[in-house]
Amino acid sequence: MVAQLKAPGMIRGAWMFLVGIVFAFLLTWVIRAATGHATFHHYISGDAITTVALIAAPLFFLVGLGGFDYWFYWASGRKTRPEDHSGHGAYTWRDYFRINTDHKVIGIQYTVNSFIFLLIGGLLAMLMRAQLAQPGSHFVSANTFNGLFSVHASLLIFLFIIPVFAGLGNYVIPLMIGAPDMAFPRLNALSFWLLPVAGIMMLGSFLAPGGAFADGWTAYTPLSDTAPVGQVFFSVAVQFAGASSIMTALNFLVTIITMRAPGMSFFRLPLLVWANFATSLLVVIATPFIAASQFFILLDRGLGFNFFNAAKGGDVLMYQHVFWFYSHPAVYIMILPGFGIISEVIAVKARKPIFGYRMMAFSLLAIVGLGFTVWAHHMFTSGMAAWIRIPMAITTAIIAVPTGIKVFSWLATLYRGVLRLDTPMLFALGFITTFTLGGISGIMLAMIPFDIHVSATYFIVAHIHYVLFGGSLMTIFAGVYYWFPKMTGRMYDERLGKWHFWSTFVFMNATFGPMHVIGLQGMPRRVATYASEFAGMNLFISIASFFLGASTLIFVYNMITSWRGGPRTVANPWRGMTLEWQVSSPPPVFNFDRVPTVVGGPYEYGVPGAVHGIFAPPPVPATVGADSGAATPHGP
Amino acid sequence: MSRRRSVTITILLALAAVGIGIWLSYEIRWFPVAASKQAVNTDRLYHVLVIASIPIFVLVLSTILYNVWQFRMRPGEELKDGAPIHGNTRLEVFWTAIPTVLLLGLVGYSFVVLRDNEKKPANEIKIGVTGQQFVWTYQYPRALTGGAPLNSYELYIPRNESVQFQIHSRDVIHAFWVPAFRLQEDAVPGITTNWRVTATRLGTYPVICNLLCGAGHSLMRSAVHVVTQARFQEWLKSQQSTTAGAP
Repeated sequence: MVAQLKAPGMIRGAWMFLVGIVFAFLLTWVIRAATGHATFHHYISGDAITTVALIAAPLFFLVGLGGFDYWFYWASGRKTRPEDHSGHGAYTWRDYFRINTDHKVIGIQYTVNSFIFLLIGGLLAMLMRAQLAQPGSHFVSANTFNGLFSVHASLLIFLFIIPVFAGLGNYVIPLMIGAPDMAFPRLNALSFWLLPVAGIMMLGSFLAPGGAFADGWTAYTPLSDTAPVGQVFFSVAVQFAGASSIMTALNFLVTIITMRAPGMSFFRLPLLVWANFATSLLVVIATPFIAASQFFILLDRGLGFNFFNAAKGGDVLMYQHVFWFYSHPAVYIMILPGFGIISEVIAVKARKPIFGYRMMAFSLLAIVGLGFTVWAHHMFTSGMAAWIRIPMAITTAIIAVPTGIKVFSWLATLYRGVLRLDTPMLFALGFITTFTLGGISGIMLAMIPFDIHVSATYFIVAHIHYVLFGGSLMTIFAGVYYWFPKMTGRMYDERLGKWHFWSTFVFMNATFGPMHVIGLQGMPRRVATYASEFAGMNLFISIASFFLGASTLIFVYNMITSWRGGPRTVANPWRGMTLEWQVSSPPPVFNFDRVPTVVGGPYEYGVPGAVHGIFAPPPVPATVGADSGAATPHGP
Repeated sequence: MSRRRSVTITILLALAAVGIGIWLSYEIRWFPVAASKQAVNTDRLYHVLVIASIPIFVLVLSTILYNVWQFRMRPGEELKDGAPIHGNTRLEVFWTAIPTVLLLGLVGYSFVVLRDNEKKPANEIKIGVTGQQFVWTYQYPRALTGGAPLNSYELYIPRNESVQFQIHSRDVIHAFWVPAFRLQEDAVPGITTNWRVTATRLGTYPVICNLLCGAGHSLMRSAVHVVTQARFQEWLKSQQSTTAGAP
């Protein structure tokens, strides 16, 4: 019992969490008392304690869990303990609830955690649509409604889309490049545990006095400066989620740059690896800016700074520039890995090389570069200097070119292929359809006079959901179905998968399609009620959304029952050529018994005798390609 | 069925879809009534965008459907691979260059509309707009009223005259939006923002706060009355004589 209290794990994490709260209380009390009554009326302040506790208590929890153990031990100067890999790999379910250094375990932790938050965020949307089913409804109060859409967006962005891609990438990337794990396994383990912290914090804001943060996920000042303490839950949670994201991106970059198997040049990388490489560049450069924007808010609120106090010389618009400088690249962070997944799925399911591989790689990098030049298209009506709108509109329109290159290349990949129309492929094809629609509405939004009318209306909500739901989420489903057999060693139910796809596709369009029209007609977003002329459309949208929510349950049921008792599958059920399919399903604990040698591209379908990676000793030049390592499953 | 035949059928169906789409785009009432000069320009821009978008979407969807129709895996093809086509430089240049030209053309046209909508005309009146949680008030300066400046809950503007709204906020960010005019701009504490409109149609149109400003955001609405020049002057005078006019 005492051992459990002292050993790294949940129990030690729990009591250290309580210590963190006490620490926050004492720290604020001491500092306020030392400053004196001239500045502070009361030394004990609920808001101050809450702010410090939100930062300190989770950190104490993570220390208790063991996330920092190795570094603290090393920093204390004691003799190095040899690594025994006891923290590596999963042999029981308990291994998923501790600090674990195996990228495959971490990948599953990320993915499962993310889907839990998908369901919660989706539930919040159902509550919103219940309120909006009729005008003048009192299903929830106006303030609660504002909290619902704020937490909905924050959870789905920071706790679902961004981390689920990190999770799938975490699982697949080392396997695809022939590496035994990520470059920094301990950092990887820590990066996961920051996420449940952030998610629980965002949800916890519903219990704060004054209610959940209710200023949108965008938290514009000065509204967020003067909002109740629930706002601080968002500002701090974003720091934890942002730190997780940056750590993972750093890990991906170093792993991809330094740990590729012999023969794997950059232009022999699978496009999923390219996509995560590009995304990681975006993350490390852009994420500090959202951290900064929230620090401004915390300083204004907590220490009486005047960043956004116009009366004291503050600049209200500065918040928006800093915020959007991250949040625009964030949308590319939320789609680029999805582009990588689609490339993998289409190549394998069409049995063809990806058309225009090099341009596919370069277009990812073009999106990274251009993605930093468009942020003020979120601010066309913000009152910023009028001239900024002009270059931003041009760059916004231009970024459609590399995106278009990708869509056209996927279409060309289908031509003269042998198309296996199973669940991952259906999601890939559905994605191309709905993402194109979202991209088209995006191009319309680049046109300033049009954007001036539809800014902050349901047209924007429609655009967002076509690219995030019809875009990112479709790619996530495609990826999860595609790699499910690799991760679990079992096959999902294909019939349920098809039901899931068709119901999602139909109800997604039914829910978000009409939103374009009501936006044009004059319905603003972020409203708990609306003009009666929009009643019919809103009722239709709400009903469609309930069916859409229900269709997700088909997926959840399929995943759980298939994981627990689905038919066992072979190592390479899709006959893929990339390296992850050349080991068992699930892979051995350190991935490869022997480091593979890469001798060709990853998508050489249709080329007789083509090989991507071989597991024999490196060939002498005369016999290159003789070994058929691609088709035969290797590993235990 | 030969490749040529299947392609022809697909192209014909796609052209039909484009035709139906363009026809529908004229039939659907996309917007509220166009009550300003700017609205007419913006609506035209939107319609051009829709007409440009329909062929693009039809192209993508028909390509997917054609490939699925022609190349889906038939029984017995489970182990078959597709043709090893790696790329086609000419095609890739084409689908890079054409969209670039198209996009720059659309952006250029949008800049023309923007300039036309925002061009300052010779004669213009200025009206102040102040947003606060959760109500709009309007300020008519001395130059308009001919007497004391007027502060009112009601917005009256004359038809066929350019009006520039000088927009302020007393507390948090709001947005002053008139859908019928197709114009909005944020009301930002600490600075004055503005937009100008030439209203062309008599009537009363909703004024909507279009940026989340707190719990009362959904209800922060007002109305703009577009009236004749004569009625405008008459209204201003009537407000002057009402001592309880200032909120």
